[in-house]
Amino acid sequence: MIEVENLTVTFGVGASAIRAVRGISFRVDEGETFGLVGESGSGKSTVLRALSGLNPDWTGVLRVDGQVLGQRRSKAFHKLVQMVFQDPYGSLHPRHTVDRVLSEPLAIHGMGDVDRRIETALAEVGLGPSFRFRYPHQLSGGQRQRVAIARALVLEPKVLLLDEPTSSLDVSVQAEILNLLQRLKRERGLTFMLVTHNLAVVAHMCDRLAVMNAGRVVEEMSVDELRRGAATHAYTLQLLNASLGYDRSKARDLVTFE
Amino acid sequence: MTQSLLSVEGLHVRFHTTKGVVEAVRGISFEVGREKLGIVGESGSGKTMTGRSVLRLVRPPGEVVARRMTFDGVDLMGLSEVDMREIRGRRIAMVMQDPKFSLNPVMTVGSQIAEAYLVHHKVAAAQARARTLDMLAAVKIRDPERVYGLYPHECSGGMGQRIMIAMMLIPDPDLLIADEPTSALDVTVQMQVLAILDDLVTQRGMGLMFISHDLNLVASFCDRVVIMYAGRIVETCRASELQDAKHPYTRGLLASLPRIDRPVGDLSVLSRDPAWREGPVFVDGEMRS
Repeated sequence: MIEVENLTVTFGVGASAIRAVRGISFRVDEGETFGLVGESGSGKSTVLRALSGLNPDWTGVLRVDGQVLGQRRSKAFHKLVQMVFQDPYGSLHPRHTVDRVLSEPLAIHGMGDVDRRIETALAEVGLGPSFRFRYPHQLSGGQRQRVAIARALVLEPKVLLLDEPTSSLDVSVQAEILNLLQRLKRERGLTFMLVTHNLAVVAHMCDRLAVMNAGRVVEEMSVDELRRGAATHAYTLQLLNASLGYDRSKARDLVTFE
Repeated sequence: MTQSLLSVEGLHVRFHTTKGVVEAVRGISFEVGREKLGIVGESGSGKTMTGRSVLRLVRPPGEVVARRMTFDGVDLMGLSEVDMREIRGRRIAMVMQDPKFSLNPVMTVGSQIAEAYLVHHKVAAAQARARTLDMLAAVKIRDPERVYGLYPHECSGGMGQRIMIAMMLIPDPDLLIADEPTSALDVTVQMQVLAILDDLVTQRGMGLMFISHDLNLVASFCDRVVIMYAGRIVETCRASELQDAKHPYTRGLLASLPRIDRPVGDLSVLSRDPAWREGPVFVDGEMRS
């Protein structure tokens, strides 16, 4: 479904240029959930932004559903691929009602039957019709993230790009959102690409994952290998070890990988 | 727990709003010794307000009432604002949750940290600068000389959190209240920052109130944990025994976590029981009325 070959993203020019992503390749099959894991600055969100078309300065080859992607994306691409962002407080317009948030993509793509589509989209993310004319400040964090997911789904895409979709939520709300995503994926046969720094979330959601460090993929592994701790790269092992909890002796042995 | 550093009894935090009184903290009592005390709860449980009221940082319309709140033998409720300033920052420091809103945007981070030191210590500016650079290095900031001259907007969230921690630790406080101090940090940096706090507690006898929503982290890092729900402490236990918690709320939180070691199918979703607002309280696995 998604093929990435030798993707490089550079910010700035000349001596101050920063190569955020340095020639990475991977593929995601249809119906799969692929995780991209790494620490801040590793380039994982940049990969997602390049894929979604939010970040036009990249080189390499990107393919989604067999189509080679250009620097600018067509309307058809956005109907196929939608994104859910990390911060539901920042990704919804504070002065737009839920109704407007959901009807805008429909208007842009000239899709009719707006009423029914909005009601279905809300029902699918577990929000009743009473939420339709609310503003974001009248919603809790979890409800906002549900609206953001509804906005992504209203165009009936095949691929969802998820950028830390639960990291700003309480754990009990995180469980609800992750269950919701899993259910939608089963029902609609979606393909997910999930960027997160939380290895437990990756283990729960994904089939395969790639570990990024300093703009490179250092290791690709299956979730079974992750669960067994069967990492081969020292960076992955350290990340895995650190995620298991605090230990004074562990802290001493940490090293920085470049 | 060794001797008590902070002792709080019957703490209430109320907000008088146009729609009536909102009670954010509803009569909690706890003690902090020279140890790592974790305060866990979800957003809105009152954990941040608990931390702020110890430093008397709750502003009107907020109102703080406590039967007793003593720090090292001093009655915090009875202190004048001038005397409170001697304690705040110098003896009790608080690392705020959001560095973006807690740092002065028009001062370089270095001069802010140095100021925190100079307010409480009569030393030359050069000495404060040297101490600041040491502190920045201690919180694992690469190239402290460069970061000293940066403004807060030039720093990442993780750097901001470490700068806050450096600023709060530089006056050498006896009690540190840390409100989600490592939530924006990568796991490996988080580990290193926690190690600094850990050493201050074990080697220098600092007390630490560690406010967090990360159950696994608190279980592995702290000595004792209190769980807050709707403004009350519903459970207190040793951190090492958090996995065997008894309160249905604590158990529900633990069950909703995804796990690395084994697949869990659908995650269990917490259903909140209205009775928990006034309901049972568990201390070390024993139910108290």
